[in-house]
Amino acid sequence: MSLGSVPLKYKISIDRDQCMKCMRCVDNCSYGVYRIEDDKILIDSRKCTACHRCISMCPRDAINLQEKPVDYRSHPLWTAEAREDVINQARTGKIILAGMGNARDYPIIFDRLVLDACQVTNPSIDPLREPMELRTYIGKKPAKLEFTKNNGDVELKTKLAPNLKLDTPIMIGHMSYGAISLNAQLSLAKAVAKTGTFMGTGEGGMHESIYPYQNHTIVQIASGRFGVDINYLERGAAIEIKVGQGAKPGIGGHLPGEKVCSDVSCTRMIPLGSDAISPAPHHDIYSIEDLAQLVRSLKEATNWEKPVFVKIAAVHNVAAIAAGIARSDADAVVVDGFKGGTGAAPKVFRDNVGIPIEAAIAAVDEKLNEQGIRNKVSLIASGGIRNSADITKSIALGADAVYIGTASLIALGCRVCGNCYRGLCPWGIATQKQELVDRIDPEIGSENVANLINAWTLEISELMGAAGLNSIESLRGNRERLRGYMLDQGLLDVLKIESVGA
Amino acid sequence: MEPLVIDVKGMHYTPLNKIIREAVASGIKEIVLNNVLGQRFIGNGVRGDAKITINGVPGGDLGMFMSGPECEIFGNAEHAPGNTMDYGSLIIHGSAGDAVAHSMRGGKVFVKGNIGYRGGIHMKEYEGKRPILVVGGTSHAFLGEYMAGGLILVLGIGQEPTIQDRGIGSGIHGGEIVIRGDVNEKLLGVGAKKVEFNEDDLARLTPVIKDFCERFDIDSSQFLDTNYSRIIPASSRPFAGKYTWE
Repeated sequence: MSLGSVPLKYKISIDRDQCMKCMRCVDNCSYGVYRIEDDKILIDSRKCTACHRCISMCPRDAINLQEKPVDYRSHPLWTAEAREDVINQARTGKIILAGMGNARDYPIIFDRLVLDACQVTNPSIDPLREPMELRTYIGKKPAKLEFTKNNGDVELKTKLAPNLKLDTPIMIGHMSYGAISLNAQLSLAKAVAKTGTFMGTGEGGMHESIYPYQNHTIVQIASGRFGVDINYLERGAAIEIKVGQGAKPGIGGHLPGEKVCSDVSCTRMIPLGSDAISPAPHHDIYSIEDLAQLVRSLKEATNWEKPVFVKIAAVHNVAAIAAGIARSDADAVVVDGFKGGTGAAPKVFRDNVGIPIEAAIAAVDEKLNEQGIRNKVSLIASGGIRNSADITKSIALGADAVYIGTASLIALGCRVCGNCYRGLCPWGIATQKQELVDRIDPEIGSENVANLINAWTLEISELMGAAGLNSIESLRGNRERLRGYMLDQGLLDVLKIESVGA
Repeated sequence: MEPLVIDVKGMHYTPLNKIIREAVASGIKEIVLNNVLGQRFIGNGVRGDAKITINGVPGGDLGMFMSGPECEIFGNAEHAPGNTMDYGSLIIHGSAGDAVAHSMRGGKVFVKGNIGYRGGIHMKEYEGKRPILVVGGTSHAFLGEYMAGGLILVLGIGQEPTIQDRGIGSGIHGGEIVIRGDVNEKLLGVGAKKVEFNEDDLARLTPVIKDFCERFDIDSSQFLDTNYSRIIPASSRPFAGKYTWE
């Protein structure tokens, strides 16, 4: 017996009085929702992903989208999603693939944290007329500084480890060429060059278009070693070993062959159309000692001139893992929370595995401090960071800087429709179809992303000034500037913050 | 030009590699390292066409990211020689540890003796670059796991059968694994399949077999027949059918 079809997720309608049949909706929808028949625009709502491209491009605001126009009998346990997943898997027997970040309605800890502000006795600082120091250095810091005196001059004796110099604590996380388009990646690269910060290449090699911005890129090495050779390592300002990812902790990456076009095959150094499989483990890493060997081999290959980051997913024992990484000679630990985005992940992982970044960062910072090794690594938070308040709170919980991912894509047009894995992104982001890729102008895209980074940097300055701080150094790990609102005592203990009113 | 001879006894790998890198950059074509004992990363990221002779036992990640040089090792090698090697060759006159030729994307690794687990894992090829791993003895489990290109040849000298460990070619989606004699199908990993090794294959592999044998002064004629098992991917898209859309 057939399982039949499930109700529409979205219902598209056109106000025919407004519509002037300009056909922009037909041209813009890469999912095939619209077609022309007998001079009439027909709609197949079942194909809609709510990407909003048609709505954004309609000059007459004639298109309307309604979510879940038909639903099942309501039930608190057997939600529509639960039922539809069962139907899908009963029909196919396969793993459900999903895009973007965790789509479950977990409480957002960031929204239960409130920042402090100065009042009468301790004046706030006005960033309009006072210098605010947001410059951030990522890398090892010496436990102490030693100097030598030479005929009255003082010289630094301590040898400093290589650090990345950021003008803002905001970086763009790793999204590979392959997962996203070249124009999307180019927009991000131009944006970080404009704003004095860095972006990650992801595990996809580096396309030659990115070479002019290589001093602002962090190259990634993952288990598949795609696109990795000595030239690639030397091009990056820093190197990141990807061990885990917040959207899919414990599993690897898999770029399907459909996305491996000629340019992608060239940067990844794999045959055209072949799958790019990055298994979960690095097969030369089975211990912290092995990780240390990979960290050192990367440093050795690049003459000990580049910081090496290690990225892990936020999981239950993340603090102990990070402490091990800090001892592996790595210069920074990237902790990616379970609301982090992805081009594709098994839905069951995306929505159920890992822990929130807020708790992970606090736990890691605490553990590194307890062990007296916090100076050995910088701490980068990522995974579900939506605004400058999330960034400020992350830093107050102990992060040195953050990676943003989805937010930077939204600045390029992304509407978080979650269909990245299909390769049909109508905004030209998660696709390799040239006609779609061309929808992004890297100059305009970079302006939008740079605007976002600049706006958030201004807001962070204002939040710091309001709290009486004029240096990001004074905000870092400053939990006194945070209070928990409606959080249980257990979580307050993990975050090492007090409750509101305390 | 006189070879550069270095006694590396007690030397740390970083100054050693610095000397090698500067020597190769200055045009020295032959370097001899004596008393090597566990120094890791020898030849790491070095570019050029020099010959590096290693007398002793190098540590892990020998020739990692290396592009060009030939290293001849008169001794055993620790784990992962040829890791992500781009081009060049490692000629090992002994045995080697785990993850030999991990993600190697060009050049060749010849091991006269045996190798450990996960040999040739994730080897891959692109355009003109086709990496080659030849093992004179045997290999442990997961040989050629996730292999995406290139050639692994195991001759099984002194071994009967050549390989007894499982997981051969788990997740293989490119390249080929050729093993002397018959291989029990139970030893094959998911995604691997055994096919006939024919005269055309022998003609294709004869230069590789002869090259290997010449390097170690072994009579190649005993290997120039079709008594091999050829293991290739069951599909170039092994996981294409695993997923459905949300």
